[in-house]
Amino acid sequence: MKQAVILLIILCAAASILPAQSNRLKLATTTSTENSGLLAELVPPFERKTGIRVDVIAVGTGKALRLGENGDVDLVLVHARQAEGLFVDQGCGVNRRDVMHNDFVILGPADDPAGIRGLSSAAAALKKIAASGAGFISRGDDSGTHKKEKDLWEGAGLKPKGRWYKEAGQGMGAVITMANDMRAYTMADRGTYLALKGKVRLEVMVEGDPSLFNPYGIIAVNPARHPHVNYSGAMLFIDWITSKEGQGIIGNFRKNGEPLFYPDTGR
Amino acid sequence: MVQAFSRAIKLIFSGDREVYFIALTSLKFAGLSIVISSLLSFPFGVLLGLKDFFGKRMVIVVLNSLMALPTVVIGLLVYSFLSRSGPLGNLGLLFTPGAIIIGQAILSFPIVASMVYGGLSKMDRRLPETLVTLGASGRDIFWMTIREAKIAILSAVLAGFGRVVGEVGVSMMLGGNIRWYTRTITTAIALETSKGEFETGLALGIILMGIAFTVNFFLHWAVRHEK
Repeated sequence: MKQAVILLIILCAAASILPAQSNRLKLATTTSTENSGLLAELVPPFERKTGIRVDVIAVGTGKALRLGENGDVDLVLVHARQAEGLFVDQGCGVNRRDVMHNDFVILGPADDPAGIRGLSSAAAALKKIAASGAGFISRGDDSGTHKKEKDLWEGAGLKPKGRWYKEAGQGMGAVITMANDMRAYTMADRGTYLALKGKVRLEVMVEGDPSLFNPYGIIAVNPARHPHVNYSGAMLFIDWITSKEGQGIIGNFRKNGEPLFYPDTGR
Repeated sequence: MVQAFSRAIKLIFSGDREVYFIALTSLKFAGLSIVISSLLSFPFGVLLGLKDFFGKRMVIVVLNSLMALPTVVIGLLVYSFLSRSGPLGNLGLLFTPGAIIIGQAILSFPIVASMVYGGLSKMDRRLPETLVTLGASGRDIFWMTIREAKIAILSAVLAGFGRVVGEVGVSMMLGGNIRWYTRTITTAIALETSKGEFETGLALGIILMGIAFTVNFFLHWAVRHEK
């Protein structure tokens, strides 16, 4: 009797383990699209239309591309132009499309100890932060934002190092919260900052520099390299997100009354 | 803290479908992984507790050390097997409940096995000998021993359950924190924290503690009232 009960439990367990993934689509994306709540708006209408369930896996851009390279997801929505180009060139992904953009901002405490408020050049601001020794929190996680930040330091001709430069190794929301608590500077995508705006006292110090532009691209994982991927589903999703309707959802998405992303296609 | 408590109470009683789903998912994954790891670790622990063999001490030392395995390392190991570029990639288990359950079963195996062994090693060793003289088979001895040491075994299962229901590394790495699918209480807490929603994170933590308390309470009650 006891054995029979245990056997039944194992059978149930086994049944629940078997993947039911005929009509599932795995999308690896960055924390910014998920944490801001944009995907929660974009995904449900797609699911209703196509009957495909979208599994959103929110990680940094670096890890998202790695998951695509290994064939563990069907498509990636990321923001790191250079790395995206490499991903396509190496044959990991196909059909890259521009989706939307927003911009990065340099955030800092209201009293602005490094004196960078209102500077028009991000490189000049970083130089001043480094020279003043005021704290700077870096993502330090090889995400798209981290890649961008490293590019900016390089552009400023600096190698950030020292007690004032802290690599958190965490997501954007966590890093903004850390910078707020430590009264330090940080660089963030505007979307995540706006989403957190009511909760932190950090203010926008530098914005509008063309080098702070933040474009998002979507790429299907190459079915020639990974035959098991849901390529048709991935292409349907790419068509959806770049369609007039999908782009409209992106353009109308607001947080605290402010737009977080600007659509790039379907115009 | 007060805010978190009132938020937790609101979350529980507001009938938010997602909160119930997440709590149920946590319970389901932890429960299934504990059943699987118990099935594997009971015989192993009983063997260690009742039989003497060469190298037994070494096995116990290794087993005890494995309890220190970080959840993220287990996550990484299982990931490298289940990834499409890994040896078991064809199963397509990554980012599904199955992957989490496998990882959590591995996580709890050394805990349950060594606690079962610990409980049995304190038991009167004449029991199995007496059973043999009474003509009991190997299987009878196994079940009788488990009956005899039920409190120790219950503690082992509950310790394993506590470890898996509260872990975040395995669930995050192998499940991907997918909404309505593999999101558990712990990965939801990690997500809320990263969004700066500290009250919601704490509230979910309080719900998790409530679940752990209820499970412990009922299992203890059931074992004490078993005839």
